[in-house]
Amino acid sequence: MKTHYGQYGGQYVAETLMAPLKKLEIAYESAKGDPKFRQELSELLKDYVGRESPLYRASRLSEYLGGATILLKREDLNHTGAHKVNNTIGQALLARRMGKKRLIAETGAGMHGVATATVAARLGMPCEVYMGAVDVERQAPNVERMKMLGAKVHAVSEGSATLKDAMNEALRDWVANCDDTFYVIGTVAGPAPYPEMVRDFQSVIGREARRQCLEKFGRLPDEAIACVGGGSNAIGLFAGFIDDPGVKLVGVEAGGKGLATGEHAASINGGRLGVLHGSKTMLLQTKDGNVIDTYSVSAGLDYPGVGPEHCHLHDTGRAEYAVIDDDEAVAAFDLLCRLEGIIPALESSHAIAEAIKRAPKLGRDKLIIVNLSGRGDKDMENILRYKASKGVNV
Amino acid sequence: MNHRIEKAFAKAKAEGRGAFVAYLTMGFPSVEASERAADEAIANGADVLELGVPFSDPFADGGVIRSAAYAALEQGVRLSDVMAMAGRIRAKHPETGLVLFSYYNPVFSMGLDAFAAAVAQAGIDAVLVVDLPLEEREELLASLRPHGVGLVPLVAPNTPIDRVRASGEGVGDAFLYVITVKGTTGARTELPVDLADRLEAIRQVSPLPVAAGFGISTRAQADEVSRHADGFVVGSALVRRVAEGRTPCLD
Repeated sequence: MKTHYGQYGGQYVAETLMAPLKKLEIAYESAKGDPKFRQELSELLKDYVGRESPLYRASRLSEYLGGATILLKREDLNHTGAHKVNNTIGQALLARRMGKKRLIAETGAGMHGVATATVAARLGMPCEVYMGAVDVERQAPNVERMKMLGAKVHAVSEGSATLKDAMNEALRDWVANCDDTFYVIGTVAGPAPYPEMVRDFQSVIGREARRQCLEKFGRLPDEAIACVGGGSNAIGLFAGFIDDPGVKLVGVEAGGKGLATGEHAASINGGRLGVLHGSKTMLLQTKDGNVIDTYSVSAGLDYPGVGPEHCHLHDTGRAEYAVIDDDEAVAAFDLLCRLEGIIPALESSHAIAEAIKRAPKLGRDKLIIVNLSGRGDKDMENILRYKASKGVNV
Repeated sequence: MNHRIEKAFAKAKAEGRGAFVAYLTMGFPSVEASERAADEAIANGADVLELGVPFSDPFADGGVIRSAAYAALEQGVRLSDVMAMAGRIRAKHPETGLVLFSYYNPVFSMGLDAFAAAVAQAGIDAVLVVDLPLEEREELLASLRPHGVGLVPLVAPNTPIDRVRASGEGVGDAFLYVITVKGTTGARTELPVDLADRLEAIRQVSPLPVAAGFGISTRAQADEVSRHADGFVVGSALVRRVAEGRTPCLD
């Protein structure tokens, strides 16, 4: 099992969690090699999630931009409306296999919380979700969805009351209840084996996209673009192309109000090496090593760290990491709504915005795959509020 | 190396009691008041002080210590300030064992060599890092060793006995911190029934003196634990008393 990615990753956790992490690693290795586990996972992904998700040619957007053809990997069409469910089904099946009685999760935008609550209902397991109080407010519809699915939602009002604080509280729960509780982490961060395990469960995105692209166009894409908060949808997409050196991999971080303002969530572009939530990673922090409150219009990217593999891909140059600010993301959101009739999540809008910048500079024969990681229904109120604050009539 | 921690445990043993390890969140409720609390804890019998560094994300702590950490951060107390406080405490108390208690990021962020030098300069005997298990600690140990500063290892209720042994090796002047319960820091009314057996088993293999912590708040609990360990750690109960404006001692 991979614990480090270059100098990143590791298991920086309290000693009480070392034994549970070891058990998890062993259980995961055994599940991976078990055809029955793999079959149940793939059946659920097919019939419950609705995979495979289409690789959709965004013709009008591509035409409008006048350059490369943009292909959208439609993770927004998954059951629960985002890529998150690919991972929660895998982890929940593993939890059941390990005899765990209870699922806990942290959530930012609420998509991972909803995806965990969903699969908990499907498997008949109790589920508790920790969510920053600020996020509970700005993602209210997802809170209601989780409750409707039978999950208990804990609003965490400590610290910055966002995703990192929710994760702190989930870790506190897990350390006290690790014998019977499975902690479903929603991204490729956290201590080993989570980054690798979550990557594996999300790699279905990239595997499908690669095959679909070859089938439809007879060749691989030139670029693959995805937004990066913790980085699970990006790692999932990248996994399909990591061994294809001709495919440029582009992660997009949340620039918030702009890197220069300090109000952003761009850990790789604006942070420095640190340790948080079990992993050595690029971290937004003060000079004294306290973690900084991040900011982004999209709650799902609002995390001060980033998956260790992304840091390593950045160091080796295999992937590059761009920054898209709030205004650019919202403009991309609007454009996709109007030109394609697709309402994207604000998170995914960051990836679309980067494609909008790149496509015109590329020839019409070029292909860009963008991971449309989630749908934007949850963001309606947010978008309206944001536009009102900018004095824009909707 | 001064071996103050080793000596503190030896002294307690010679006196037929468990060593009293007292945790305080430094900078809470203020820099001056926390230094005063340190003096009082020593006057109340503390053999070793754990000087808690406030951190923005105290994910291993219970409510009492978290609140204290946030309050100290609000007042601008940082790792460098805690080192300065440690230096002043050291000047007044040449014998007391001093342990800097921190999460890893502030330590790592300072640069490990610079950190080790500053810690030694402040007269701190050992460092305890909550989120730095056996597998990850070598880089810090490599920086601490040349300065003669120890590293306090933690073992949990679910730590296998071979790992307990390994955890206590090669860490310099330190004690072995035995976490009594699975969970975060904080007082418990009852300690686990199998704690005595667990402590005895750990003592068999530990190259270091053994101190039990998490959940201990009363003299009765401390006395009970001391029958099976070389010392006991009290944290949240002291911090709560400090928060209430009282002197830090056992209930």
